[in-house]
Parts: sequence; structure tokens; C-alpha cells
Amino acid sequence: MKKLSLFTTCLIILVGSWVFLRFVVGGIISVPIPSSVIAMYMGLIVIAILVHISVEDSQFREFLRPIRETLVDDRRRLHRRVLVVLIPLFLLGYTYSIIAQRANPPGSPRDAHPSPPLELTYKDEVIGTMQDVVNPYRHYEKDDPEAFRAHVENGKRVYHDNCFYCHGDHLDGQGHFAPYLQPLPANFQDPGVIPNFQESFFFWRIAKGGPGLPAAGTPWDSAMPIWEDKLTKEEIWDVILFLSDYTGYQPRTFGEAH
Amino acid sequence: MKISKKRLYLILGGLLTIYVLLAIAPAFAQDMTEAEYRPFPVIGSRTAAWIAAQLHLLFGSFILGVPMFAVIIEFIGWKTKDMRYDRMAQEFIKLCMGAFSTTALLGGVLVFILIWCYPKVMSKLSGIFGPTMIFYVILFFGETFTLYLYSYGWDKMQGRHKGWHLFLGVLLNVWGTAIMFVSNAWLSYQTSPATQHGILSEMRKKSWMEEQLAADPSRTPETVMEGVTDHSMIPLHNETTGEFMGTVWDAVNNFTWMPINIHRLVGNIAFGGSIVAAYAAFRFLVAKTKEDKAHYDWMGYTGNFIALCGLIPLPFLGYWLGREIYLFNNTMGINMMGSLFSWLFIIQAVMIGVLFIGANYYLWSGMGRIQGAEIYARYRPYMITIIILCVAVWMTPRTLSRIASPSELSAMGGGNHPRLGLFGLMTAKNTVVNIIILITFLSFLFYRRSGKTPTVSWGKVGNVAISSIFFFATVAIVVIGIVGFSVPTDLRVNVLTPYQVLIALVVMAVVTVVDIFMYRKATTSGAINWGEMTDRSQYVLILIAITFTSLMGLMGYARSGLREAWHIFGVMQDTSVDAFTPLLSEAVNMVAIIMVIFFALVGFIFWLGLWGEKKKQEKTAVEREAVAQGDD
Repeated sequence: MKKLSLFTTCLIILVGSWVFLRFVVGGIISVPIPSSVIAMYMGLIVIAILVHISVEDSQFREFLRPIRETLVDDRRRLHRRVLVVLIPLFLLGYTYSIIAQRANPPGSPRDAHPSPPLELTYKDEVIGTMQDVVNPYRHYEKDDPEAFRAHVENGKRVYHDNCFYCHGDHLDGQGHFAPYLQPLPANFQDPGVIPNFQESFFFWRIAKGGPGLPAAGTPWDSAMPIWEDKLTKEEIWDVILFLSDYTGYQPRTFGEAH
Repeated sequence: MKISKKRLYLILGGLLTIYVLLAIAPAFAQDMTEAEYRPFPVIGSRTAAWIAAQLHLLFGSFILGVPMFAVIIEFIGWKTKDMRYDRMAQEFIKLCMGAFSTTALLGGVLVFILIWCYPKVMSKLSGIFGPTMIFYVILFFGETFTLYLYSYGWDKMQGRHKGWHLFLGVLLNVWGTAIMFVSNAWLSYQTSPATQHGILSEMRKKSWMEEQLAADPSRTPETVMEGVTDHSMIPLHNETTGEFMGTVWDAVNNFTWMPINIHRLVGNIAFGGSIVAAYAAFRFLVAKTKEDKAHYDWMGYTGNFIALCGLIPLPFLGYWLGREIYLFNNTMGINMMGSLFSWLFIIQAVMIGVLFIGANYYLWSGMGRIQGAEIYARYRPYMITIIILCVAVWMTPRTLSRIASPSELSAMGGGNHPRLGLFGLMTAKNTVVNIIILITFLSFLFYRRSGKTPTVSWGKVGNVAISSIFFFATVAIVVIGIVGFSVPTDLRVNVLTPYQVLIALVVMAVVTVVDIFMYRKATTSGAINWGEMTDRSQYVLILIAITFTSLMGLMGYARSGLREAWHIFGVMQDTSVDAFTPLLSEAVNMVAIIMVIFFALVGFIFWLGLWGEKKKQEKTAVEREAVAQGDD
């Protein structure tokens, strides 16, 4: 069998990578990957190919050979004509796909995480600085496991009375109301949610809800109610204990180093 | 009517002068003797201070970084009695000399802008840091005269005075490092005006206790101290009045001072190396003779090697700095990594990816000039693949809501992709950066081995051992990374990530030692043909320097922007018209403009050096000819 030229091999790698990302990762393995992310990965693959072909002069010449032949060799006249038609057609299609109007609602330009205020408050009462406030019932985990269980159970009750409609009975953000909300409710089973924040952050988010989100990064469009109007401080702290107890993820602490 | 060129220029010049005068006139029409802020004409105060500060920092970084490795190269030349090293070190210092006065000039411009535009801020800062400013001036004099002695005394102090000359070089670095540490105290204090209880002065401890007791008379000193450890953060200001209550040393030794010091110290080496390499690349591209090409190829290689040495520990040091920022203020940390500035870190990942890919590309290209290096070419596709996969993970954003369409978001079930979203977490990113570093080290190892055959009897065993070390270390780093997804953050940040770093460092140290012993008496199958490099590889060196410059500019925006609307975080609010965080796009544009100015200035300084050198060479040639004619 005739060995494939370097150019053809690179082309196969490029197209194969796109198919893999678009249909295998974004179809068989998981849900579709946004086109901007695929474009980012494809850019990297192009760089990898360019690096590989251009490190050595001989390899670079070998890569360019079919391009040069197609451009100047009389035997490749047919290839040339086909390409003269195909390349503008491809560019035309690509341009059309970019500028064509679509019936898409505006995107959601929200930040990954809202920035919490420096001070944690409950209604108008200042609890302390966001950095230093800890869950007052957390220490029961070591000191009095029975009392700790009682707080977790209370948190579980509070959660199922108030939160599960949106955040789901598995705490994965897949509650009954979830499909009708944008942005979607937080998924506490995601390893990037609970471990990344202190318990004071969760207290702030629960207490102040969507309306309490900061001016920076708007519009948030969060449907989260202001729970400090309905829950006591203890109930909020308890529900936070339940979130970490159920998922197995520990909220962020700064340990002894702090 | 035909207008002569001279007249045209005069008219244009006149019009420009009138325009500038009209544009700045409003600034002079105001009574601003007692002003809190004064507007800088046309471009605004923040832009003016931004440009001057960033340019000063870039030049400062260059002139502090270059002497560090120049003195090491000089030492190598002295010990090996190879004058090529000595000449190269001297050439590095010549580059420094040109940039030195520009750094000082830009520093002066920055101070004038700050005093003119931000008088109240400067008054507050100079009130706290006054003594350090005097110390700074002394250090600056020390550095200036030492640099002059070091540079102008180079040829005179050869031979038996070389030791003294090297001492001057070391002294120059001591002055330079001290200068940077002092100025870092000012800016790090603006970010973190607090220090830990364990290292706090007795004076501040006492005033802090009084403040606590006054705020809540029901408390006693014992109850105030409940839960306070040596690591607890104590503000240096009265929390009600904002008055500075600490000592100068408290302010200097603030929470983020040392992490910034170390990060910048190593960053300067990497930046200095990259600029020197870019200079050498330029000289290589314009070189006419084989000798010149060989010399500048070697210089470029050395510069890139130094940049790599600095680049490898930089991600770890940046991580440490980030950790300290989180410890100082969690909100600031979230702003940095998860909120306002999170996309900046995606750009950062792209740029660091460019740096590592570029550095590896240059090493692989360099193997082309060594006979016998072909055997390592077969590993290259795998190494490229691993690096690209790692960079892909590093630059994958955690939340895609800003770059996905609503239909894509709904298909993903939110802003996080269920699989790729995991790449957005720090444990994944720390894992891949360690692997990139190991692959880069492997590239260097192949480069070092190229054209050599080990003669030791345990050569094969050694290779198996080295391969096993690489393999098991990579597996360990990946396993730790996977475990990092399911452990408390405290454990990940303080134990697992340091272990990953430690593994990478130990691998590099152990493999280097084994490799040195393996190749101690190796036979050489081919010499290095210096000068036989592709032009592409030289452009890569220039690209690396440009990337470093942009990266420093963007990270400077993050470091400064983290304070948000505060001149001194939590103490002195910014109430100027610029009290908002500029958009990332605005920051990128600013950094691009600064980068162009920087390279224009550097290019001019280097060209001046070249010009002088050319004149000198021409003069020598004429003198030689005259002597030759006289002999006839």
C-alpha cells in the first residue's frame, strides 16, 4: 500500500480530531461541546501539526510538496480546478454560518462565581467578615456527633421543605423546576461547587438569594429567593451541613495555615 | 502652489503643538492646589500611570534579571578559562547598561505622574513608607555605581582581579534585589495592608487590643485573644479611622510581600533570558558572517535556556502567590480565580502554553544542528501530543456560559460541561502543568544527550531507570490529581499540590544526577554546528519574548485590579473617575500598546549599541589600514 504523504496524514489527523470532539466526546461519551471550545481545541491541534512539520527543514519541505505540486504540476490540473471551486464554496458556507441570523435568545454573560461581599450579614445583623465566619455547628462533627446528626437532620428537613424543588432530591440541580430556570440551579454534586467555597459563602448565597448578587457580573437572572426572610440563621447553617454531609464534599477551609 | 517638504513638516508640527496645547488646556484651568486627584491631560490619570508603571516594571525586570545570570556565566568562563563565556556575559551587561538609564527615567516619570495625579494617595503612602524611600535612594546609588564599575571595569579587571570583578557582579545583584524588595513592599501593601499576629510588632499588637476592647467594652483581653493564633491576620490600620497604627516593618512585611518578591525575582530571570534570546535571534537573522551566526545562535540558546530555568518554577510560585491571596482575603481570591478576573487566567494559560510549546520547539529545532540527534526525533510526535493535551486541559474554562450559545448551554445542562468542566478545576490544571514541565525537561535531556554515546557499563540500566522514574512520576502526578477532585480543598492546596510539585522537582534533580554520571565519559559522535539553525526557530525566540512581555502586563493588571475600588485595600477608597475595573478587552489593548512601546524603546536602545559598535569597528578598520600603509 502506498504510504500516505505527510500532508494527507496531517489532514486526516485534523479532520479525525474534529470528528472525535464533535461526535465522540460531544455525542457518544457526553453532551455536545460548545463550538467555541471545539474551535479552541482545533486551534491547538493545528499548532501541534505546525510544530511537528516545521521543526526540521526536510519534513517541512515534504509537507509542502503536495501543495506545491497541486499548484504548479500539470498532472494535478484536475485537483487544482476542484480546489478552485471547493475553497471559495467552503469559505462562503463558513461566512454564511457566522453572519446568518438565528432565532437564538441572547446569551448569558454571567461570571463563574459571584464575588461575595467582605462582610457576612443576616438581615441587618453583621455576623462577621466573610473570611473569618465559620459554621457555628460544624465543630459538633468532632465534639458531639449526636448533636451534629441532629443538625444535619434538621438541614435535611429544611432542604426538602424548601430547596429540592429546584436543586433536586439528589442535590444535582435537577429539581422539578430546573428545566424552566436560566441559569440552572446549582449542582452540589459537582466537585467544583462545595469544595471551592467556605461555608460563609453558602450562607451568603442562601440568605441573600438572587437579588443579593453583586452589581459586578450582572445580569444574573437568578431565581433563588431571599431565604433570610423565611429561614432562621440556624436553619441556614444546618442546611449547609446537610449539603456537605449528603454529597461527601467538604466546604473550603484554610486549616491551620491560616 | 507647491509646498516644500520642510514647510509641510513645519505646518504639521505647528498644528500638532496647537492640538496638544488645546487638549491639555482644561487641566491647567482648574485650581487644584488642594485636589485629591488631578486629571492627566487627554489620556487620563489611570492610563498615564498604567503605561509608565508597566514600562518601568518591564525595563526594571530586564536590568535586574540580566545581571543575575551574567555573573553566573562570567563565573563559568572564569572557572573553565573559556573566554567565550566571558565575552557573552559582557555583552549581556552592555545591553543592561543601555536599558538602565531608561529604567530610571521611566521611574522618574511614574513618580511625577503619581504625585501630580494622585497627591492624597502618595501623601498617605509616603507617610507610611518614608524611611524606606530614603533606603531606596541609597540602594539606587549603590546599584548605579556598582553597575558602572562592573561594566566599565570588565576589561581592566581581567586576570588576577577577576575575583573582585565577580564580587562586584554579586554586589550588583544584592543591590538590585534589595531595590525590588523595597518597591514591592509599597505595592503589595496596597493589596494586603495586614500582617500575621505572630510577626506583628508589639506596638501594633497593643493598639489592636485597645481597638478591640474599645469597640466592645464587654470583652476582656482574654476573650479577644480567643481563636487568635500566630497565623491570624491583623489589619495595620485602625478599623474605624483608617489611621496607620503599625511600624514601617509591619507595612513592609505585609501578607503578600514575600510571595511577590520571590515570584518577581524568578520572573525577572525568565524575562531577562527571553529578551536576551530575542536580541540574539534578531542579530542571528541579520548576521552576515558564519562566525556571527554561530555566536548569536549560541547566545540565543543560552538566553532560552536561562528563560526556561526561570519559567519552570514560575507556575509553582504563581500558585503560592495565589494561595496567599486567598488566605489574605477569600473574596479577593474568588474575584481572581472564579469571578472578575477568571477569564484572564484562561488567557494566561494560553500564553504559558505558547511559552512552553515555543521553548520545546526551539530545543527540538536545536537538535537539528547536532549530528546524531536524529534518534530522538521519533519521540517528538508523542511529546507534542502530550504537551498539546496538557495545554488543552489547562486552557479549558470552568464555566462556558460566556462563550456558549443558549442552545449549547441548554444541551450541556448549564454553564459547566459535565466532562470538560472538570478540566476547569485547579486539581486538573496543577496536574497538567507538572506534566508539561516534565516533558520540557525531557526535551532538554534529549538535547543534552544528542550526539553523545555513554561509555559506562550500566548505560542500559540507567536508561531503564530514568524511563521508569519518568513513567511512575507521571502516573503518581495524575493519580494525585484525580484524588484531588474528592478531597477537602485545604488538603488539596496544602498537601496534594505541593506533593505534585515535589515529585516533578525530585524527578528533575535525580534524573539530572544520573544523567551526569552516565554521560561523564561519553563519546561524542558529532559536534554542535552552531549557526545552523532555521530562521523559524529564531522567530520563536522573538515570540517567546513578546509572550513574556504580554503575560507580565496582563498579570500586572490582575494584581493591581484585584484591589477593585481601593487604593489601599479596605482602607483607602478610590473615589476618582477611574474607580472601576477596566474590561478585559481594554486591559488587553492597553497591554498591547505598552508592549509595542516597550519593544520600540528596547529596539532603539539595542540599535544604539549596534551603531556604536559599528562605528568602533569602522574606526578600528581605518586605523589598521593606516598602520598597514605606514608599514609599507
